[in-house]
Amino acid sequence: MKRYVLRVISLAAALALWQALTSLNVDLWLRFSQFPTVTEVARAFAARLSGPDYWTDLTDSLIRILTGFLLAAVLGVATGVLVARSRLAEDLLGPVLEVIRPVPAIALVPVAILLFPSNEQGIVFITCTAAFFPVLVSTRHAVRALTPMWEEAVRTMGGGRWRILGSVVLPGALPGVFGGLSVGIGVSWICVISAEMISGQYGVGYRTWQDYTVVDYPGVFVGMVTIGVLGWVTSTAVELLGRRLTRWLPRTAYAPGARPPGPARSVKPAPTAPAAVPGGPASEEARDEHLV
Amino acid sequence: MSTSSETVLSTSPDAIAAGGAVHGTRLALSGASLGRPGAPALDGVDLDIAPGEILTVVGPSGCGKSTLLRTLAGLLPLLAGEITQDGSPLTGPSADRALVFQEDALLPWRTLRANVELPLAIRGVPRAERREQAQAWLERVGLGTQARQLPHRVSGGQRQRVQLARALAAGPRAVLMDEPFGALDAQTRAGMQGLLVEVLHGTGATVVFVTHDVDEALFLGDRVALLGAGGLVAVRDVPRPRDRGAHDDPARLALRRDVLTSLGT
Repeated sequence: MKRYVLRVISLAAALALWQALTSLNVDLWLRFSQFPTVTEVARAFAARLSGPDYWTDLTDSLIRILTGFLLAAVLGVATGVLVARSRLAEDLLGPVLEVIRPVPAIALVPVAILLFPSNEQGIVFITCTAAFFPVLVSTRHAVRALTPMWEEAVRTMGGGRWRILGSVVLPGALPGVFGGLSVGIGVSWICVISAEMISGQYGVGYRTWQDYTVVDYPGVFVGMVTIGVLGWVTSTAVELLGRRLTRWLPRTAYAPGARPPGPARSVKPAPTAPAAVPGGPASEEARDEHLV
Repeated sequence: MSTSSETVLSTSPDAIAAGGAVHGTRLALSGASLGRPGAPALDGVDLDIAPGEILTVVGPSGCGKSTLLRTLAGLLPLLAGEITQDGSPLTGPSADRALVFQEDALLPWRTLRANVELPLAIRGVPRAERREQAQAWLERVGLGTQARQLPHRVSGGQRQRVQLARALAAGPRAVLMDEPFGALDAQTRAGMQGLLVEVLHGTGATVVFVTHDVDEALFLGDRVALLGAGGLVAVRDVPRPRDRGAHDDPARLALRRDVLTSLGT
């Protein structure tokens, strides 16, 4: 509870500072006189919310990023596992990937324009490329770092290639994969917004750029706030999904920053304990595990 | 990486205890050279492991005990010589030969029961049945109430009991154990030895048990194999195996002295 209060205070203080600097037209080397105030932005935001374009922009951007990101997740994990598990794949794919990797995804705009018949597909392509590499690299590392004993155990149970992939490699690499996905969703946002600014039609990035070109500064800030909130929501979703799927990871009893282990510590909603646990002592164990 | 035995055996603990549906396998090495390419750990090994016997393997650390076990499991190919199972060449890992590791070989994202279910799932046992069998095995090793725990939530000794259950659940014809109790304290270890004897009873499985503890080797083994620098030194019959009262038997004491001498301790 106390921590939520602190977080709200932090946000409120930042907004208050912004309002003070802009409404007082402070000009101390940094010039806030041209800056829209918080109230202006809020008013513009309210106007946008009731208009039709805002929601179209929002869904367009979300569809682009989700398509690109999901493609990148599937391709990244598949390629990462392949490269980590097969020397042939490593030799064949490795050099190509290493050369493409340093190219910033947004620099692929010309390639996207040349390759794809429509802007829409180009934007998805750029978003996908951006998220692909973090996922690939972290998957590769996670697969290589697996305890060999797990695989040997499954092999001596008579498990074949696919069984090892499904029962050892994928679940074991999951914590690392989610590290890559968290990075990937962030990079995806950068790229989807930039690509929309360059070549999009509709979309939050496109709208923000449009507002800038017609000198609608409150509108620009509405766009920025929207991007911020969307980015935060999507990366939290990835984070929560990751935590849910890797709940088996041993966690230390020590919670950083939480001195008194009182009820205030339940930052995560407490009753998300394993769903398939019926009552009795088992559910108590599960809850206990969750707190640790 | 194929399963040599596709038949689903009736392997519930009760069935095993009742009739011994499984029969041990004969494992034989002749003129075998074991190890990684370029770095053989053991040379000229001739060893015949009889069906259903418990062979313990002792030797100083680094002498190739684990190498021997991994070779028998089919995880390491032979560098030279011949290895057979019931007379036919042994080419790779199989569900016939379960391996028990020293520690941390349980899959940490699976509950204890799900870990025990895994070999049954690989054998193609239907879900409800394997759940039941896994639960029965966990109860047999005294962990029935902790079936839904994750491995890191239970003690090291309990994890080893789960490994034992997992290894035996699918009814292997040989169980290869790589210092399974090596990381446990003395008291837990004595309890585990008792448990092992108890759960093995009636399975008929051949057991190869690697340990660095001579007393453990002499208690458990029908025979004890001594490994020394670069090869197999001797294989000796153990008088009165698995008899706690036999520790001061003169024959046992003489063997113990011999073993310790040959190990150079």
